[in-house]
Amino acid sequence: MAATRIDCDIHPAVGGTRTTLLPYLSDHWKEQVVSRAIDGLDLNSYPPNMPFTGRVDWRPAGGKPGSDLKMVQRGAFDQLGSSHAICNVIYGAQAVFDSYMAADFCKAINDWIAAEWLSRDPRLSASIVVPMQAPDLAVEEIERRADDNRFVSVLVLAQGETLLGRRHYWPVWQAAAKHKLPVAIHAGSAYRTAPSSIGWPSFRYEYYLAEAQAFQAQLLSLIYEGVFGKFPDLKVVLMESGVSWLPAFMWRANKTWRGVRVEVPWVEREPASIIRDHVRVTMQPFDGPPDAVGVADVIEQIGSDKMFLFASDYPHWQFDGDDPMPPHLPASIASRMCQDNPLETFPRLKLAA
Amino acid sequence: MSDVIDRPILAAEEAAKSRLRIIDCDVHPSIHAHADIEQFMPKRWQQHLRTYGSHLRTPYIGTTPYPRSSPLIARRDAWPPTGGPPGSDLDFMRKQHLDPLDIEYGILQVLDLFIFSQQNLEFGAAVQRAINDWQLAFWSDRDPRLKASILAGQDDTEFAIAEIERCAKIGRYVQINVCPRANEPLGRRRYWPIYARAQELGLPLGIHVGGYGGHAPTGSGWPSYYVEEHQSNAHTMAAQLTSLVLEGVPERFPNLKIVFIEGGFGWIPSTTWRMDRHFEAFRSEVPHLKRRPSEYVKEHFWFTTQPIDEPDEGKHLRSLIEWVGADRLLFSSDYPHWDFDDPRYAFKTPLTEAERRKIFNGNARAVYKF
Repeated sequence: MAATRIDCDIHPAVGGTRTTLLPYLSDHWKEQVVSRAIDGLDLNSYPPNMPFTGRVDWRPAGGKPGSDLKMVQRGAFDQLGSSHAICNVIYGAQAVFDSYMAADFCKAINDWIAAEWLSRDPRLSASIVVPMQAPDLAVEEIERRADDNRFVSVLVLAQGETLLGRRHYWPVWQAAAKHKLPVAIHAGSAYRTAPSSIGWPSFRYEYYLAEAQAFQAQLLSLIYEGVFGKFPDLKVVLMESGVSWLPAFMWRANKTWRGVRVEVPWVEREPASIIRDHVRVTMQPFDGPPDAVGVADVIEQIGSDKMFLFASDYPHWQFDGDDPMPPHLPASIASRMCQDNPLETFPRLKLAA
Repeated sequence: MSDVIDRPILAAEEAAKSRLRIIDCDVHPSIHAHADIEQFMPKRWQQHLRTYGSHLRTPYIGTTPYPRSSPLIARRDAWPPTGGPPGSDLDFMRKQHLDPLDIEYGILQVLDLFIFSQQNLEFGAAVQRAINDWQLAFWSDRDPRLKASILAGQDDTEFAIAEIERCAKIGRYVQINVCPRANEPLGRRRYWPIYARAQELGLPLGIHVGGYGGHAPTGSGWPSYYVEEHQSNAHTMAAQLTSLVLEGVPERFPNLKIVFIEGGFGWIPSTTWRMDRHFEAFRSEVPHLKRRPSEYVKEHFWFTTQPIDEPDEGKHLRSLIEWVGADRLLFSSDYPHWDFDDPRYAFKTPLTEAERRKIFNGNARAVYKF
């Protein structure tokens, strides 16, 4: 068998609430989705027909990219050479306004992924999708899944209802930390506020680029609200965030903290060192400079070889060909990010023999 | 480290017998007394200011949404002995800033009276017009080193164009300022008439951080602390660069110069790498772009340096400067604010003589045609 290579970010697609999820919904919501025709909750962040949402060779003849298990297995494992993969389901349950509907849809997604993906391929594990609209229900969902070690993290959107450091979310982080589940913050928006302070952009391209700044805001929020002080074992994984913004972001955070730290006296260390200890990033996309010297500089500036996690972001069109590894990555980083770092980041990840 | 920190830049210059004077692209003058500005307003709006004040998309009437780190975000030593807020006394500004740092030109950036964020657009127009007049009467007329900007809030585009015409006739303004936090991203088509006029007049478009456009300061909602809000200025600037490039503003107005002010410059490389990196996948959505995004950034945009990044290792700042390009950088101090950058100490890495000449003077001289 090939060397262990853990793909930390692949995307099985939900067909719909009245199809894929129907058997997993409660009786109430089964009746509701049918009688009210509640469906079509694909997130606006990833329209299925947009080129970026599915690479040409990863699009099934019918259905959405990522909806066919056999095709995903061929792509993510046979073609890209991974030995294991973590499924992150990005569907609109996290964006639903009705928190009871959100909770039932999240529960259905988790039951569906366990029954129809994880049980059919031991190489797969998954993140728990939770209704952050109602933190108490999110905690319930984590507890419900906590005994199943095939669930290795808690998945939340980079752009949800409020910044993730806010105190009303702390019970969720407490539950995550208790069960050794890192919090995976994934690109995607619930469209509650504009994707940046400047307002609503014209293009999806623009929206996608702005997500990098949304991730930065989440890190500042988690740090300055004191989440990592309160939950010292908590790890946060940024998924599909882009990576190359980290150095300048950390410099600016350190400088601003030095100037204004009187406002947040509970933050006793430089933000950059907190980030290196608590934050991990998936390496697709990397968004690096075009040359090897530049890539080596960015890696050195980030200043930690533990932060990087191998990922393909299958079936998103992040790269062509068979190699998800960002170009020019130093060899030492490349080897750590496939096995050591993922196993350290996701302690529940039990590898198949 | 000490060879950098202790290097007295002005003395070194004198030794080189060719003095490098500083062009400071971000100096904040303040209104000393309401009467100073009211004299440039019609009675109706003087009355309005006193009765209704500023109606903004913020919760309080007496302070900013996030309490700042110091009174009026100022350096503690910048309060003039004659009274009034920091930046309101020209003599003190000369004595504390312009003279000792040998400032050849200082470009005025006015933030008073929430110039770009007044919900009542007519009042906002009256404020901008008054401040445009006040900049000349109280500053440029009294000290020719200080150069005024035409404040022209983009959301009342008709007013903005009229005000640009009025000020351009006077002929003493060096740039047109619009606001990065307003209703919509600056690249949107509705704002293009302003860019068309700026290009015809040969005036750079200045975008200074700030404003209350009603959108959350971050793409993920409202932060709790000033320390978060302060850093979100960089996010705002990254989003505006993206908007302007992707909407095709430089493609459509190839001679328009765009200056980003007080956003710093650390965020630029990763923002442009990211734009380029995803260009192929999204190209069919923006067929109006004829070149890769980074090429527009390298030709049409300039960035003021403050707040400058301070990596632990000087060589990282060196990489950053090379990635952005010394041609794109304009020194700025942000006097008299607390996060002021001193030209003698701000760059914690050695610059070549050519780089220093560009960043501290030459680039601004060319952009603003001094």
